[in-house]
Amino acid sequence: MTELVQKEILLNGTQAVAYAAMYADVDVTAAYPIRPYTEVMDTISKLIADGQLDAEFIVAEGEHGQFEIVKHASLTGARTLVGTSGVGWLYGMEAIVVTATDRAPVVAVIGNRALDDPGAYGVEHNDALMVRDVGWLLVWVDTAQEAFDTALIAYRVGEDSRVLMPVGVSMDGGFLTHSEQIVRLPPRELVKDFLPAYNRGKYLVHPDNPISVAPQVNEDWVSEIRRQHDEGMERARTVISEAYESFKKVFGRYPGTTRDIKMFENPFVEPYMTDDAEVILVGMGTVSKPIKVAINKMREQGIKVGMLRIRWFRPFPTQEVMKYLSGAKVVCVVDRDYSLGSPFRGGVVYHEVRSSLYDLDERPKILSFIGGLGGREITVQDAEKVIKIGLEARDTPITRHTYWINVRGDPW
Amino acid sequence: MYKSIIKTMKDVPLEEFYTSGHRTCQGCESAMVMRYLAKVAGPRTIVVGATGCMYVANTTYYTTSWVVPWVHTQLGGSGAAALGTSAALRALMRKGKIKEEPINVIVFCGDLGCADMGLSGVSNAMTYDYNLLIVLYDNESSANTDIQETSMTPYGAQTSFSRPGTARRIMKRRWKKSVVPMIIAGHRNIRYAATTTPAYPLDTMNKIKKALEIGGPTFIHSLDPCPKGWDYDPMYSHELGTLSVETGLWPLYEFVDGKLIYNEPTKGIVEGRVKRKPVREYLEKQGRFSHFTEEDYEYFQKMVDEMYTSWEIPGVMPIKSVIK
Repeated sequence: MTELVQKEILLNGTQAVAYAAMYADVDVTAAYPIRPYTEVMDTISKLIADGQLDAEFIVAEGEHGQFEIVKHASLTGARTLVGTSGVGWLYGMEAIVVTATDRAPVVAVIGNRALDDPGAYGVEHNDALMVRDVGWLLVWVDTAQEAFDTALIAYRVGEDSRVLMPVGVSMDGGFLTHSEQIVRLPPRELVKDFLPAYNRGKYLVHPDNPISVAPQVNEDWVSEIRRQHDEGMERARTVISEAYESFKKVFGRYPGTTRDIKMFENPFVEPYMTDDAEVILVGMGTVSKPIKVAINKMREQGIKVGMLRIRWFRPFPTQEVMKYLSGAKVVCVVDRDYSLGSPFRGGVVYHEVRSSLYDLDERPKILSFIGGLGGREITVQDAEKVIKIGLEARDTPITRHTYWINVRGDPW
Repeated sequence: MYKSIIKTMKDVPLEEFYTSGHRTCQGCESAMVMRYLAKVAGPRTIVVGATGCMYVANTTYYTTSWVVPWVHTQLGGSGAAALGTSAALRALMRKGKIKEEPINVIVFCGDLGCADMGLSGVSNAMTYDYNLLIVLYDNESSANTDIQETSMTPYGAQTSFSRPGTARRIMKRRWKKSVVPMIIAGHRNIRYAATTTPAYPLDTMNKIKKALEIGGPTFIHSLDPCPKGWDYDPMYSHELGTLSVETGLWPLYEFVDGKLIYNEPTKGIVEGRVKRKPVREYLEKQGRFSHFTEEDYEYFQKMVDEMYTSWEIPGVMPIKSVIK
């Protein structure tokens, strides 16, 4: 039945992606349980059982199998959904890497989770960041609405013949995977206008098109293949921008926007009060919530502070980061991850931002804040303290590059 | 039940779908398995190959030997690749996104990939009802990495992971796994599984044909003599294959719809019409057993004898029923 009206329903982050996959009419899904991503598969299973979606639902023997299943289904022309969290993502890593190098545009939900040991199922971004260098597109979402919209965009971008790459839709475990919000679902009929059918063209595996996929090349061709992959990654920037514009045109609202939330219209980043800010905080995912509240409070006191939330981490929004951070005196990057042994002992996003700003004539000072690991909350008070440290650094030379937020035995 | 069983070599299709362009070793029996399976399956087929010597040797870029579509899967990915390919075809045909027709999905994997790393995935694939055939080409070693021991390497065989040595005889002490019995005992919905060896080409081709025609998840385990790994002159590949069966070490059988059928000459051995050759004849022809002492030969023979004297199902199932 055609639905030409918009619907509003209560969904959490993972359910929202499952609904998007239903709207995208996925053909094959591969499931294996691990908290906190699992509910996307629970939901898909129910949608199939209720006749809302016609798709194969395969329970894999592990994450390695899960990603091999969707990789081969995708090469055979099927639209696929997969996902995992934490160590599950690492268990599947070999298959995850070839999914990218075989240019299979699967869409994966990554419910960010701390890596073992010690066992913890709260959010930490190190799991998804493991693929930052192997050719996956990676996007972090902040609300259930953004999760739904971004999942649709993920299919459109990944399957574009200029890109053909897998997309990881990352969301904070617990804080977004398990918190329900009102999600505005577009009329299903319109999805066809936004999302064309998946067409692998001359790369389709079918007896009518007898190609060999991933033959051995040894040293002869690897450089060229990596180079081509990188060119696809660069083209993805254009394709992502087109997809956001098209989304707005077809559905009449910018991705992530609802009645209550107005999203800044840039696909890659969400700047918040950055225009005149002297101190700008940078982060990905739901950390934006306490930070925005702290900013609002500080702004009432006349303190010029803002935030830049990074959405697409791969391709990295270098130009946007330069544009929105160049006017700041101090940039405080709040990472929900850590890169052990890295320069200045900082987080991964910190290093990417630091690297992006290197070419500026007048570079802001940059500090790394590590917080909320393993699902610990980053509170409004924590965010205020980050801002305070940033303000101090504005007027005094930097003596310390990295701060661990609210960690036992480490006063900050 | 089966429409056209290949009775003589004259009935074998002339067309080749695994042709020139590969660079397998002289006397490679696994290459024969690839050729047979492509020939029997025909053009409406998708072949998936796991990492292994048949990946490295067959699909060098620009010289691929496959006429049918071919995709690589990771060493432990065979079962999942089979499921993914088959599920995609089913979904796309059901939803009218591609033309509805039978398309064979064949996945091959070596002993390292199938029986060791990929076993859980192969097992998972065998629990579903998708049409897929998994072929285990077993040359009893990791053959493209310079002959290392796998769980399928026979007792005592020399590999670069299991060397007899001069001070200590550190050699393989584990007995080879029985994969097909494990598959048929553990997966209730499987309708066809078989052992074979390319020394009996008609046997191999018929088994592939039967597996594809019966459908559902099916499994074939082929013992492939390997001149490089087993250390013998390539001209003896077929002879060694034949000897593996005639000594009783490699019984030929098929499991069809719940029934176990022995194939000749194993059938003759089990029925007592054919006498088993001493296993020594098989072992002595291979350099990998050159360090064997009399005790080793005796132990090996005793283990093979037991398969026929004290197993519940001769050559197949060692678990004895306690209730008679």
